Order: sequence, then C-alpha cells, then structure tokens
Amino acid sequence: MAPTSKLSQGIKKASRSHTYHRRGLWAIKAKHGGAFPKAVKTDAVAAVAAPKFYPADDVKPRQPSTRKPNATKLRSSITPGTVLILLAGRFMGKRVVFLKQLKSGLLLVTGPFMINGVPIRRVNQAYIFATSTNVDVSGVNVDKIEDKYFARDKKKKAEKTEDELFETEKQTTKDLPQFKKEDQKAVDAALIKAIEAVPDLKAYLGARFSLRDGDKPHDMVF
Amino acid sequence: MPFKRFVEIGRVALVNYGKDYGRLVVIVDVVDQNRALIDAPDMVRCQINFKRLSLTDIKIDIKRVPKKTTLIKAMEDADVKSKWENSSWGKKLIVQKRRASLNDFDRFKVMLARIKRGGAIRQELAKLKKAVA
Repeated sequence: MAPTSKLSQGIKKASRSHTYHRRGLWAIKAKHGGAFPKAVKTDAVAAVAAPKFYPADDVKPRQPSTRKPNATKLRSSITPGTVLILLAGRFMGKRVVFLKQLKSGLLLVTGPFMINGVPIRRVNQAYIFATSTNVDVSGVNVDKIEDKYFARDKKKKAEKTEDELFETEKQTTKDLPQFKKEDQKAVDAALIKAIEAVPDLKAYLGARFSLRDGDKPHDMVF
Repeated sequence: MPFKRFVEIGRVALVNYGKDYGRLVVIVDVVDQNRALIDAPDMVRCQINFKRLSLTDIKIDIKRVPKKTTLIKAMEDADVKSKWENSSWGKKLIVQKRRASLNDFDRFKVMLARIKRGGAIRQELAKLKKAVA
C-alpha cells in the first residue's frame, strides 16, 4: 500500500507517521545528529555585483546555431560514368565523364584530357546537365583523389628587396607538378579504352554542346 | 472538293486536344450535334467534342456502342494498328515521337549521319555534273 495511493481526492491511504517511517526520514535524521541536513546557500547570487544597466525588455540571449549543413544530395540521374555537360566556366559546353562525388559535395570529373582537354577537375552540380549516356568506369581508380588534392600551394614569401619586388611577378610559373600529370594519365587510361569501345563516343566527348535554332531545352531529352 | 472522312459509327479518329492527346479512338455513338461517344481498347468509354477529334481514313465495321471485347475484335479484324502505322500520317507521328525521345548522344550520332549522307549525295552530284560537262 504505497502512501501516495489515494482513497479519494486529497485523502491519502497511508498516515503521516506511516509515510515518515517508510521514507526513512528517521534514518536521515539519525545520520545527521538529530536534524535534517540543510542545503548550503551558494554565494553565487551575492557574488554578482549590481549591474549598471538593466535592459528595458526581457530579451532572450542569442544562441549560436547548432545546425549542421547536410551533405550535398547527388542528383539521381548522376552515377559514376555519366556523361555531363558543363554549363559555365572555361570548359562551358564540354561533355565530360563523372567519376565521383567528393566530400565537399563537388563532383569529380575528367575530360578525359586526351579527348577534350578537360583535366581531372572539380565541378559544382548546379552548373552541369546530366545526360543519360553512361561510360564504363569500372576500370578507373580515383580513391586517392580528394578535396585536398586540389588545394592551392601556399606561395612562399619572397624577400622584398627593391629589385626583387619587380622580379617576383615573372618568377612564379604555374607548372603542373609531375604527379598530377601522371594521375591524369592513370585515370584516363582505363576510361579511354572504355570510350573507344563505343562507336562515335570519342567524337561525342570531343565536341562541345550548343543550342541550335529551334532547339527547346525544356523539351529535349538529355 | 467533296468530303471524304465522315463522322460515323466505326470512324477511327485521333484525339488532338486534352488529356488523351495523341490517342487513336473509335467513334461508337453520336451524342448530339457536338459530341461523340468514343472508345479505345485501353481506355474507358467517354464522350468528347468533335472539335477535339481529327478524323482519319480508317473505318471499322461495328454496330452502335459495341461491347469492349466486340470492339477489340473488330479493330483487330480491320487491322487498324498496322493500317495506321503504315499510313503517312501515322508514320509521321512515329518519327516525331522518336525524334523527341532522342538523347543527347543520339542527336550527335544523327548529326554525324546527316553530314555523311550529305557528303555522299554531293559526291554523286559532282560525278554527274562532271559526266555532263
């Protein structure tokens, strides 16, 4: 018969003395020498000096957002090996092969370089058209290429003597490091073999896409 | 100058407006001055305004408002499908549909084929011109 069970509204089943005994309050008293332990009031309230300024309205303090952005969703029409059409930038109109989506959400694509001059590059999903043409990329290994691969090298600060101030402009040459050239060749080797297996695909990837008179992109099937 | 395609029971028509755009249907009854009752093997029989129909040359032999199975049998006996697909109108529509469904790579291949064909024609023409000259 628990003391909190009620006979009726406001009437407990167990008496006060029964409840007192059941809760062991006598044991707590005995442990603390005959009296209930009193909670010590902290001085935190007293420690804060009276603030100089009381704001007129009770405003909630702004909390920093704990929202984390979601990973970029890859369009269902894009799978490894899909031929994409780049819509903006230096390679506008070029048809390239999609390799994989990087952690940053950007898509890793390659021309292949030998076919249309597009190197291993990152591209944003918003600036591409996905076609329904697919290339076999089972022989291609791009595991070691991640966003860090594309990070810019930090330029070392040259000593700024009067003469060198004018010379440094000429010295910085943007030569591709050899390992990048080799990575390009390695990735493209298997791809090009797969592409040459399909008739006309090589010429297709080498040509740029453009709209002609009468083309209605909203009606065209890609 | 006289009319050749009449609205009659059994006339095959093409729907040219609305939800069933492009569907081949058979007129099975006439409701009033403006509307007909149409039916096709894969749709529910319904009424439609004559303005939404384009009559074809094909006519099948049915009685007024036949049962669905009777209709299907009559259509097969008259061989509507192959008559339609072999008619120039039907062929045109099939080509249009094929062209609309071409994918970007297909369009590229078509372009290469047209260039090749044009080249072959021009070569023959040049040969003929040379023969005449």
